[in-house]
Amino acid sequence: MSVPDMYSALENAPAARSPHPQPRAIVRIRPPRAWESLDFSALWRFRDLLLALAVRDIKLRYRQTFLGVLWVVLQPLLGAGIFAFVFGRVARLDSGGEPYVLFAYAGLLAWNLFNGVVLKASGALVANAPLVSKVFFPRLLLPFSGVLSTLLDFVIALAVGGILFLASGRTPGFSLLLAPFWLVLLLLLATGIGLLCAALAVSYRDVLHILPVALQFLLYGSPVGYTIAAIPPGLARTLYKLNPLAPSIEGFRVAMLGHGFIGLRSGLYASAAAVFVFIAGVVVFRRMERQFADVI
Amino acid sequence: MSSDWVISARSVGKTYRIAATRDRATTLAELLAQKLRKPFARSLGQVAFEALTDITFDVQRGEVLGIIGRNGAGKSTLLKILSQITPPTRGEIDLHGRVGSLLEVGTGFHPELTGRENVYLNGAILGMSRREIDREFDGIVAFAEIEEFLDVPVKRYSSGMYVRLAFAVAAHLRPEILIVDEVLAVGDLAFQRKCLGKMDEVAHRSGATVLFVSHQMAAVRSLCSRALLLERGRIIDDGAVESVLSRYLALNQSARTATTLLPEGDANAPARATAVHLSDASGRPAASFRLGEPWRARVEFELLRPLPHVIAGFGLQNLDGSPLVTWWSAPRDLESGRYAAEFECDIPLAATEASYAIGLTSDEKSVYYAERVGALSISEIAAGTQPHRASGCGAIYTLERPEIQTA
Repeated sequence: MSVPDMYSALENAPAARSPHPQPRAIVRIRPPRAWESLDFSALWRFRDLLLALAVRDIKLRYRQTFLGVLWVVLQPLLGAGIFAFVFGRVARLDSGGEPYVLFAYAGLLAWNLFNGVVLKASGALVANAPLVSKVFFPRLLLPFSGVLSTLLDFVIALAVGGILFLASGRTPGFSLLLAPFWLVLLLLLATGIGLLCAALAVSYRDVLHILPVALQFLLYGSPVGYTIAAIPPGLARTLYKLNPLAPSIEGFRVAMLGHGFIGLRSGLYASAAAVFVFIAGVVVFRRMERQFADVI
Repeated sequence: MSSDWVISARSVGKTYRIAATRDRATTLAELLAQKLRKPFARSLGQVAFEALTDITFDVQRGEVLGIIGRNGAGKSTLLKILSQITPPTRGEIDLHGRVGSLLEVGTGFHPELTGRENVYLNGAILGMSRREIDREFDGIVAFAEIEEFLDVPVKRYSSGMYVRLAFAVAAHLRPEILIVDEVLAVGDLAFQRKCLGKMDEVAHRSGATVLFVSHQMAAVRSLCSRALLLERGRIIDDGAVESVLSRYLALNQSARTATTLLPEGDANAPARATAVHLSDASGRPAASFRLGEPWRARVEFELLRPLPHVIAGFGLQNLDGSPLVTWWSAPRDLESGRYAAEFECDIPLAATEASYAIGLTSDEKSVYYAERVGALSISEIAAGTQPHRASGCGAIYTLERPEIQTA
């Protein structure tokens, strides 16, 4: 089809194709002010891009792999297996009477979500540097698309977990209704940290090197392979509970396994911390956003 | 000012803070020491660089505006500000209508994804909704001529296919304001022509406003009615494309070095070139010439041993490396020593930027060859006379004894 043909075909297309469309939006470009409000309408207008980026992420992750999407299932299973062996068999940590594999799987589900979101979001700007320096769109979309693609992995792993739990002869209880609450806290916290790190990494790539180490450290400092009850009461446990991740991970596991308890204070602390970190992340990201294209 | 403007920029400026090499802290310890000495200095060891100063212009609906200037003049910064990629430091710009900007062909293309997947991804990146891409999809594929490779990862594409697909997506973006930066530097000639045609249509048929940065004067000239000339971050000329282009060429004439010294090649080679001098017909050093105007290239070379039947060649290549024309000197048997070959050149080709290559042969065998030795430009601007066909010819003479020069 020649170029003129294409045009005449398009003239019949719906929507305004008039040669002089009335000016719709006036965009005013000016020097950034110290505090800019978040432009939600821009985020909404670019929702297709958010989705496209997340889809790209997912497609790329398992392209040219032999096992493909099977990895989404295998990773948490293998992880739980290792945890069951190291903590359950070798260290003989208390799992509160649960089969250790189920116990570890529930903890790892929560941890992998947190870990994945932090890593994906924090690397999102640097990994997409050409986009940042050559194309306009709300920069928040990049870390957000990372969150979205990690969520899909989580959902698959969750489904596998569900099968695992049913196969072990459990019936889902009412406690399950609390799981989304803890997940939201985990997501807020992880996204907040991810946004902070993403913005910092534009100027200081060091962040991306420190992060995996810090996360490794945090993994052992969180109740993933053991319960909070395993920490000796007193000062040690008080300090331990400063980790805002601890109640959420334990809470999620309690919700999944159906018994256990998270104190109201811990819950409130985790909620406040998650909301605060998330807002701080967005604010810092927005403050630094204006110089991304120049610095990256 | 007419009410039908779509872009209105007022006193726009952009200052970059760049680290000064002298004061910059290179280690963490140095940085700490500096911070301790001047704890309240906001930016240590930084100097301000004015990338753009006092940029003011309006663009009318449907206008095609060329933005020209030398490298570093601020063209790309201006486009980035207009595309909202980076904010200005001062001033304001109002934009009426949807902006589509294409600062690079294929930004966001991912080699692992198939052509089809990349069309959707790239379309989304450029600001198209999924429905829009669905609607334009067949047109994009037809324009790119890649029907049979749609489901192949683009890493298996030839570079030509890759570029065609990337441009095709961008060309089907239907913005009211299209911002294009130097995208025609890629692709073969036929494709460049197709792209230009497409941009011309976008501008003239659909009534979109186009801002176009290019170093290819022919493209600017054929597309644009008006041009802005940037120099050191300021608009130094704004008006009809012809007059702005002449001003730009004048700017280049004084700025480019006309002489290029060549670095050492293979030490054992029997021959090597040492210098190239370009000059206009009257003998003044120059590197940009007008179409139809004869000019001269003088290639100096050195023979380390006597060589029979020596021919010197001077050739021009397109910026993408394809040869345009080569001039050969008359053959001569030469003793070792230093020589110069002088070529009377005149290219009957449209305006172009070209790099030149030098070759020496002896007895039909190549003894020396160097590509991209330097660059020159031939413009078709303001050549008063019709370009005439002139065959170049070269002559070799010894540098030590120029009097025995033979034709």
